[in-house]
Amino acid sequence: MKTLETPTFECETGNHHTFCPISCVAWLHQKIEDSFFPVVGTKTRGYFLQNAPGVTILAEPRYATAESEEGDISAQLNDQKELKRICLQIKRDRNPSVIIWIGTRTTEIIKMDLEGIAPKLERQLGVPIIVARANGLDYAFTQGEDTVLAAMTHRCPEYDCDATNQEREDAIDGFEEWKDAPIGSEKFPSRGRKLNNHTLVPFGSLPSGVASQSNSESKRQSIHVSGWLPSQRYAELPALGEGVYVCGVNPFLSRTATTLMRRRKCQLIGAPFPIGPDGTRAWIEKICSVFNVKPDRPEERENHIRKNLKDYLVIVTGKSVFFMGDNLLEISIARSLIRCGMVVYEIGIPYMDKRYQAAELSLLQHTCKKMKTPMPRIVEKPDNYSQVQRMHEPKPDLAITGMAHANPLEARGIDTKWSVEFTFAQIHGSTNSRDVPELVTRPLRRNNDSISGWNGLSKQTVDI
Amino acid sequence: MKLAYWMHAGPAHIGTLRVASSFRNVHAIMHAPLGDDYFNVMRSMSERERDFTPVTASVADRHVSARGSQERVINNISRKDEEQCPDLIVSTPTCTSSILQEDLQNFVDRASVSSESDVTPADVNYHRVNELQAADRTLEQIVRHYLDRARKQGTLDRSVTDEPSANIIGISTLGFHNQHDCRESKRPLRDLGISVNQIIPEGGSLKYLKELPKAWFNIVPYREVGLMTAILLEKEYGMPYVSVTPMGISDTAESITQMEKLVNAWASVLSEEKVNYISYIENQTKFVSQAAWFSKSIDCQNLAGKEVVIFGDATHAASITKIPVREMGIRVSCSGTYCKHDTEWSNEQVQGLRDEVLITEDHTEVGDTIACIEPSAIFGTQMERHIGKRLDIPCGVISSPVHIQNSPLGHRPFLGYEGTNQIADPVYNSFNPGMEDHSLDVFGGHDTKEVSTKSLSTDRGLNWTPETQLELNKIPGFVRGRIKRNTEIFAKQNDITNITIDVMYAAKEKLSS
Repeated sequence: MKTLETPTFECETGNHHTFCPISCVAWLHQKIEDSFFPVVGTKTRGYFLQNAPGVTILAEPRYATAESEEGDISAQLNDQKELKRICLQIKRDRNPSVIIWIGTRTTEIIKMDLEGIAPKLERQLGVPIIVARANGLDYAFTQGEDTVLAAMTHRCPEYDCDATNQEREDAIDGFEEWKDAPIGSEKFPSRGRKLNNHTLVPFGSLPSGVASQSNSESKRQSIHVSGWLPSQRYAELPALGEGVYVCGVNPFLSRTATTLMRRRKCQLIGAPFPIGPDGTRAWIEKICSVFNVKPDRPEERENHIRKNLKDYLVIVTGKSVFFMGDNLLEISIARSLIRCGMVVYEIGIPYMDKRYQAAELSLLQHTCKKMKTPMPRIVEKPDNYSQVQRMHEPKPDLAITGMAHANPLEARGIDTKWSVEFTFAQIHGSTNSRDVPELVTRPLRRNNDSISGWNGLSKQTVDI
Repeated sequence: MKLAYWMHAGPAHIGTLRVASSFRNVHAIMHAPLGDDYFNVMRSMSERERDFTPVTASVADRHVSARGSQERVINNISRKDEEQCPDLIVSTPTCTSSILQEDLQNFVDRASVSSESDVTPADVNYHRVNELQAADRTLEQIVRHYLDRARKQGTLDRSVTDEPSANIIGISTLGFHNQHDCRESKRPLRDLGISVNQIIPEGGSLKYLKELPKAWFNIVPYREVGLMTAILLEKEYGMPYVSVTPMGISDTAESITQMEKLVNAWASVLSEEKVNYISYIENQTKFVSQAAWFSKSIDCQNLAGKEVVIFGDATHAASITKIPVREMGIRVSCSGTYCKHDTEWSNEQVQGLRDEVLITEDHTEVGDTIACIEPSAIFGTQMERHIGKRLDIPCGVISSPVHIQNSPLGHRPFLGYEGTNQIADPVYNSFNPGMEDHSLDVFGGHDTKEVSTKSLSTDRGLNWTPETQLELNKIPGFVRGRIKRNTEIFAKQNDITNITIDVMYAAKEKLSS
């Protein structure tokens, strides 16, 4: 894949709507089963958590706000003492294996030394304490997970090359067994008898079902996945070190990638992300090429999966999309939608790491060329107000947007899909390839019915 | 610092935003980091709002905490001024601006030099007040600002309307059933020939605020938002107000009686004829509202003496406490509110109507109390609904905080005579329908499920023998928990660890004597 034309990046004011990065606790506390996430911040934070992740709060979640009061802000109260009291309470009530402090904008501004206090309390309490600064000053929405995972990489055990080889022998035995199991019409590669001599640690929090699908996908290519960051339990964090290859599964993990490379000496495989059949194929191919393995009939597989999407493709082909941008998945999803035959007008994105997403960007360009559509403009730190103005003229068939704008846009005749759903839906890997078109076509399918005649349901005189 | 999973009242800026975005053509700008504009999500989703929420975040990023926001807030204000020409831009304090100690007044002064719109900072201390207090304060502040200006400019019209008229103060966006209540509040006024002068803040326009004093009196349906404004108007413009919440038959009657008094007071000044609303109240109570008839009907007999727990904001908790006790013969075991700032009033209102009072902002305390009391039904907020789910106790939602299912599309007021009907339905439906209870009693129940501990706290280390378990299962489900608990209390008092059938009956005997 060669870069054909340099994509243009624009940068606006950053007055856009997105979720606060602390929302990552809503899915991370479910992923890491033995964790507890105290969010150190003010009432604003707590109210957000209560309202945004919605109902999960009522199932006694393993997260809570350590609510700063006036005394904390003005330093009348001692931070360390206060945090200790709170952590003792958590330890007593929930007994987690790890406590993950989520630093917020409040702790940033009043310069509460969470990183300094954590090791001291960790010794006193005997519970590991990880500090992640997932604040709205620096990050948007999904980047919260990035800060948590980056902090977590320091807790992964050191990779020992020799010990792991034995483990790998065992894995091969396991593989033999697994190989015979009938899995659909798929045949397994005959040369997959020996797993390759490399260790792969994918990073990014995926639901365990999706993670194991990816594991078996890699196994099919005879690549040994030695663990995931994050793991299901804190004690199962994967070993990291020289000789370990890492590969991101989500586009918003640039900090984690950097930390893995610089601090843990891992080798990063820069690949497009396994979203959509094309992305999954490219992801596997890239990993295989690094491991010097011939991928197992990737094109055939991709085409097979795409055939399954036929009913959706009929609906989306030729339709236009506008990404307002809020969760950093935009480039990957846009790329997979273009491949499905859609036209993308604009990709808004809160933050664009051109290095970490390099392979994804080049796949996007490649896809545009292949599908003969113009390269969409990429707008970093978008300005929602200007975006709505820009949307007014070309009237996209679909706007992918946050919940703050969805209903107002619908009332003005623009179909919308909330971007948040892409964060929570299972969209990775080939088995989930129906999920993105399912989400995208939902408003479009609905449109075929009787309600389509009722447009312009807002009386607001000020035009959008 | 305190560990919190849930809060009943939101942070201060939510209150300010609720008032600002309720008015027409008012824009709020909050100086906050990325992601703090979730108010827009709440309004757009929970209220299914069609229009863009007039709230913009002036995003405070790392540069702002390093160098101060400098021109950023001002630029954002001027930009909004140009783009949307609002009548007023409210600069909203957030915890960021309070911690950064930024001088909002200064921003506002500088921005108002260049903008056509009025610009004002919301005078709210982020750390000291909650959402409700902030909403109350912001509304008063806006009203005061526009009345003072009109007075200075000499455009204030001090004359009152010819016909009796009233302002309705405190209807706002994201308020519990506010839209429906607003419509219902207008109904008796229309019936009685009182015209509605203005409704604020919802749908109100700042241009007309100066005409507020033209009304004969003010109506403040909710204690939380609007009372400060009413007091201001009374002090400075001599406008009396009715602050009795017309919720339930007796309080609706009380509120109309007070209106009658106020109308008559003006009528005597204007030498008009005095009005008499008694026949109206009587007709409405007996025949328009079904609630009076319902409480007489034999259905309601089955509710007599049942226990409920009530929790919510001050207005709703107090009013809903009065309804079951006075109008349905239901016993309120505990009535409470999270409006700690209004403790005195709340206590006074429910004096003599409930066994216990609970004033707390801690939802676990509410949960524990409910688990101990084991009422037949709960009336509370969304949180209490979930507590009820866990304890298998039915719950009717009567107050914020709420979810989207509490923004019904149909007309569901809590106020006025239609409101009494709307309250009676969930109250009645929350209990097991009477005959169902009755047949359970007669036939020993058809509930063969294992006994579940209806408690949030840990088990008590008592051993129930298998026969006793069976015996317990014969007891109708709705009283089983209570009998179990009473037996256990009896066992503990008498140092018994093995609960046999004899112990169970001994306990029953002891308690019934």
